Parts: sequence; C-alpha cells; structure tokens
Amino acid sequence: MLGSRMNWQRWTMMLPAILFFAVFALLPMIVAVYYSGLNWDGVSKATWVGLYNWTHAFVSGQAVHSLLLTLELMALCWILQNPISLVLGVFIAGKQRHRVVYGVIYFVPLLFSAVAIGITWSYILDPEFGLIDSLLQAVGIGNGTENWLGNPSLAMFVVACIIAWQFIPFNSLLYQSGAKQIPASLYEAAMLDGAGPLRSFFHVTLPQLKYTIITTTVLILTGTLTYFDLIYVVTNGGPGDSTEVLAMDMYKEAFTNLNIGAGSVIAVILAAAGLLLSILILKFTGFNRMESQMEGL
Amino acid sequence: MKKVGKAVFASVSVCSMMGLLVGCGSTATTVSSNASNSTAVSTSAKTQLTLWSVDSGVAEKADQKLVSEYNSANPNAPITAEFFESTPYLQKLQIAMGAGQAASIFMNWGGGRLETFVTPGKVVNLTSQLNGDPAWKDKFLPSVMKSVTFNGQVYGVPFGNMQPVNFFYNKALFKKYNLTPPQTWNQLLSDIQIFKSHGIIPISLGGKDNWPDLMYFEYLVERIGGRQPYEEVAAGKPNSWDNPVILKALQDMKLLVKDGAFEPGFSSVGSNDGSDAALFYSGKAAMWLMGSWGYGSIMTSDSSFIPKLGYFAFPQVTGGKGNPTDVAGNPSDFYSIPTSATPAQQKAAINFLKNYNLDSKNVQNLLSIGYVPAIQGIESQLKQSNEANYEMFYYNLAKNASYFQQSWDTALPAAEGNQLDTDLGKFMIGQLSTSQFVSNMDSYLNK
Repeated sequence: MLGSRMNWQRWTMMLPAILFFAVFALLPMIVAVYYSGLNWDGVSKATWVGLYNWTHAFVSGQAVHSLLLTLELMALCWILQNPISLVLGVFIAGKQRHRVVYGVIYFVPLLFSAVAIGITWSYILDPEFGLIDSLLQAVGIGNGTENWLGNPSLAMFVVACIIAWQFIPFNSLLYQSGAKQIPASLYEAAMLDGAGPLRSFFHVTLPQLKYTIITTTVLILTGTLTYFDLIYVVTNGGPGDSTEVLAMDMYKEAFTNLNIGAGSVIAVILAAAGLLLSILILKFTGFNRMESQMEGL
Repeated sequence: MKKVGKAVFASVSVCSMMGLLVGCGSTATTVSSNASNSTAVSTSAKTQLTLWSVDSGVAEKADQKLVSEYNSANPNAPITAEFFESTPYLQKLQIAMGAGQAASIFMNWGGGRLETFVTPGKVVNLTSQLNGDPAWKDKFLPSVMKSVTFNGQVYGVPFGNMQPVNFFYNKALFKKYNLTPPQTWNQLLSDIQIFKSHGIIPISLGGKDNWPDLMYFEYLVERIGGRQPYEEVAAGKPNSWDNPVILKALQDMKLLVKDGAFEPGFSSVGSNDGSDAALFYSGKAAMWLMGSWGYGSIMTSDSSFIPKLGYFAFPQVTGGKGNPTDVAGNPSDFYSIPTSATPAQQKAAINFLKNYNLDSKNVQNLLSIGYVPAIQGIESQLKQSNEANYEMFYYNLAKNASYFQQSWDTALPAAEGNQLDTDLGKFMIGQLSTSQFVSNMDSYLNK
C-alpha cells in the first residue's frame, strides 16, 4: 500500500521533467527524422523525397567529412584541455598562500560569452593587424604574416586552442574541488612510505581523481560534439570546409543552403552519435557503478 | 529498477542536449502555425511597423533620418528600423519568411532569391499601386526594376543606392610606382607584379565571406564570354556550368591566387566586418574590387583617405566577347512587403515607400554619402553633390551599361546562389578542383 503510493508520488514529481523532455527533446528529434525525408527550403511547398537526402549525404562525402572533423576536434579538445586542467586544478587546490587568487584569475575566461571570445581571438589572430603575428615577429619568429585561421591545415588546431582557453578554467575548477576532497591522511601515509611530491601525485592524487577525470572527459566530449557558436564566429566553418564540424554543417545545410532536409539528416546523425558516445563512456569507465576509491577511510 | 534508472538518466541528459540543437531546426514550422494569431494580436489602434536592412555606418544614419522623418509625420503607424550584417540577414529573412514573421518592410536584392518568396505568395504585389500612381512608377530606372519584376508583376521598389562593382585604388601608391589604372586584364596582372615586388599587397580580398570571390568570377565570365554563360545557367540548361568560359574564368582566378595578387590569408579576412576595407584604406593594399557601397564604408571608417581614393571599371579581357561597358553587381537595394503583414501595416508600409522613401530630402542625404539611388533625372543634383566625382562615375557606369549583370548569388535561386559562394570560397583555397566545382554546380540545374 505504502509502496504503491510512493510510486504514484514519484511519477507525479517526475511529470514536469518528463513533459519537458518529451516536448523539447523527443518531439524535435522525431520531427527531425521526418524532415530528413523532405526536399524543403523553409518557404516553398515541401516534397517528400524519401531517403534521397540520406544517400546524398553519404555519397557526396560531406557528412563523413564533417563527422571526421568532429572526431578530430573532440580528440584535440581532450588532449589540450585535460592535462593542463588537471595540473592547474591540483595546483590551485594547494593550501599555500595566494593560490586562490590564481584560481580567480584563471576563472575569468569562463565569464565571457563564446561570441566575445571568438571576436577577440579573431582580432588577435588576424594575419594583417593581429597581436600574435606582431609579437612573434618582434621576437624574430616567422615573417609576421602567418595565417592562423585561414590556413586549412592549421585552422582546426587553432580553433581547438581557443576552445581550450575558454574551458580549461571550468575543468580546472572541477579538478580543484576534486583534489580538495582527497583526505590529507592519504598523503601522510604516502610520505611515511617515502613517496616524494611526484610519486604522491601519480599514486595518490591521480587515482583519487579518477571520477573527476571521467566527468571532465564526458563534459569535454559531449560538449565538443555539438560545439557551434565559437566556430561560427571565428571561422564560420572555413577556410573552405576545414572546420565544418557536424553542428556547423547542419546549420549551413539547413539555413545557408536552405536545404532543411539535408540539415535534418545531419541533426539525426548528431543525435545518434551523442547517444552512442554517452553509452560507450558509461559502459567503459564504470562511471555508473560509482565505486568508491576510499574504502577503509 | 536501478539499472533502468541510470540508462534513462544517461539518455535524458544527452538527448536533451541533442534535442535543443535539433530544436533549432524545427522552430521555423512550429512558429508558422502561430503567425496569423500573433499578427492579429498586435493590431491595436496603433499600427507598429518594423523595417529590416543590412545598411551600416553612414548609410544606416541616412535610413534612420528617413525613418524618423516618417515617424514624426505618422505617429499612428511608427516604424522601428533594425539593421543586420548581410550574411546572417539572408538566413534570418529566409526563416522569418517561412514563418510569416518577417518585418513589415524588408530589404532584398531582387532576383531569384526574392522570387523564392514570390512564388509561394509571400510577397505583396505592388503592381496595381504603382500603376495607380504614374509619378511613383516612373521615378525609377527601368533597367533596375527588372530585378523585382516577375511575370510582369512588380514586388519591390528601389532604395539606397545602385551597386555596380568597380575597382577602387590608392592614388598615392599608383603615383609612387608610376602606374595608371589598368584598362586590360594583362595590364592588371603586370601591375600586380609591380606592387608585389615592392612588398605591397596588390589587391585586398575579403575571402572569408566568399561573396567577394564572386565579383571576380562574374566579371571574368562576362568579359570573356558575354552574357550567354549566365543566361544558360539561369535557364537551368543541363551541364551549363561546364562551359569553357566558366572554366577559363576559374583558371584566371586561380592564377591571381598563385601570383599572390591577394593578401596572404585572404581566406580569413572578412568583408562584412570591414577587414578588407581596412587593408585598403590603411595603405597596405593598392586595389580593392567592391560594390559602390565600398565608398560609403571608407567614408565611415577613414574619411581622410577619400582624397587618395581612385576608381576604375573592371578591365576588359583581350579577345573576350563581353562588352567592356557592361557592369556586374547589385542593380539596387529594394524594399518589399510580406503578405504576412496586416492590412493596416501594408497600407502604412506603402505610404512609407511611396511618399517618404527616396523623397528629395532622402535623395540629398544619400548623395551626401556617395550613394546614388536608382532614380531618373538626378544628374543636376549629382553634379552639385560633395561626392560628385565618384557618384557621376558609377551613375554613368550603371546607366551606360548595355547589360547590368546582377550578382549571380542573388540572381539565381537562393540555394544555388549560396552554393556558388561556398564553392568559390573552397575553390580559391584549393579545396575544390575546377571539375569538382563544375559538377557540384551542375547538380543544381536538374533540381
């Protein structure tokens, strides 16, 4: 009797969330699947073309190209952000004086909007008037005209660096709070066993931060999968299509090339990729088992 | 139970993120069903109008003057003007038109893009209004009205300036190296070498936005092969992009890139944001191929450069079929009214277009910033203007042209035009070969 009432209460409490999820997530996804079979520019009358958009996306290679670029960006973001965030986070978690001040300074980029960051960096990276080229030239590196965002082989890396600049502070914050949770007794024990600072970092701090690393990994990978605003401002998918990741490609197909059907195909691919990614991460990291790292403490 | 809960949690968190993104794509239709309701609600004693334009700087100020003049005379139907960057504006307009949410007066460039809205009945037909007032109808240059006339019906009226494309050049730099404005393509190529050898960027190009590439393309195609290649493409003739003239034009563009005619990194320099203009007026680049609005943007950014500012028509190609007096560009900016506007809004909008837009005061304001509107009989006013030299130059350029080639990206249907811009951008940095470009574009002809 009591149990069933509890159940009823649970469902009532969940109702707003379920409704929200159905209206804003499930419904648009179903609609996107329907749109992916249309030849429609958003204004004229739509015609049903079945699987044409799907076959075209793969035959033309555009969708595969964007998918690979997205994977490249995800890898770059993880490699650039995670190690630096970890070191910074552990550093500002230290009890020494003024470390909190550093924390505040590192946190600043997180307060800016992606558009402001994008515009600022595109000025800094401008090949004609930009700060970076002038500085490099002043210290004798290069001829001062390196085209950071216009060079097809450099652009993606530069974009990943800007994203890293924006999100390292947030990840550092996670690592800082993670590192602060580690009981001092573990370090004392390590010290008694003769471990130096380096060894206690690798054998105490790092294992204790396992779930923080998983959390940041999930956030970085899923966040990068749908990353759009900064790329839109900085390169608009260019030069050519060198930074046209899935989200960018979806937007361009739907709203620049006015092919809502083709854009919806990419939207569906994106949703499927996100789902797959989260299932894989949960499965392989043991995140959902929530094992403790502090047995006996 | 526990396991299910976690799986649900995981899919909820990821899907809600995906859903938000996918949701962007579907706003267009969800809004469209409400369009008629919301416009009905806003109808009160006072009619509110909005106006959308991509003008900026001094042009925006001239528009604002006109709007405030109208507003003080028509307090019951005031207009709020909103200004956008041109590339995002095209997307905004497309979505808004589909959703029945466009401004009561929206700017456009006529051509195939406007026709995309006209065909499904989204734009108010102004023909009877114009015919009912011959003074209004005969005010405009007939050659320009072609862009907004479909099946003999007129769907817009010109505002702002005519926008033929020409080369701007830095007189001081040309003088320094004893050069005169090139008359032929080969002279242009040799001037490029001379500037390059002196460490000056020969031509500034806003390649990030892609459409500046199109100016070279459409002029070269016209100079080499006349108007026929465009007419075949516009008519949708199969394989008409695979035309020797188009191939030659692409090769010539590639040659410019190879010769270093443009600044290093042109593919990350914007034109919408004024970076290409900055290279030019700061003296780093010697030439700049741009529409006539380029004069206004230089006036906005650095009016002290105006005395050094020279201009010449796009050079002729020796042996080419095109008439060297032909011009390419946007015939004019146009205002149109969407059918989603309420009858009261439409009436007020027509009042604005007929009695305020391009009235004598507005024309004077435009002339003072180097803008020549597409209207008849303003030669005498032109001569008295402060910016008479450039204004006479391009008024005559447009008026004497035996053929005004409307920019391909606005003249062709929107999807084909946008693809052209994108593909030209890729072609310029070597991501598309000539044959890939041609087969890409040919695929639009069968649609």
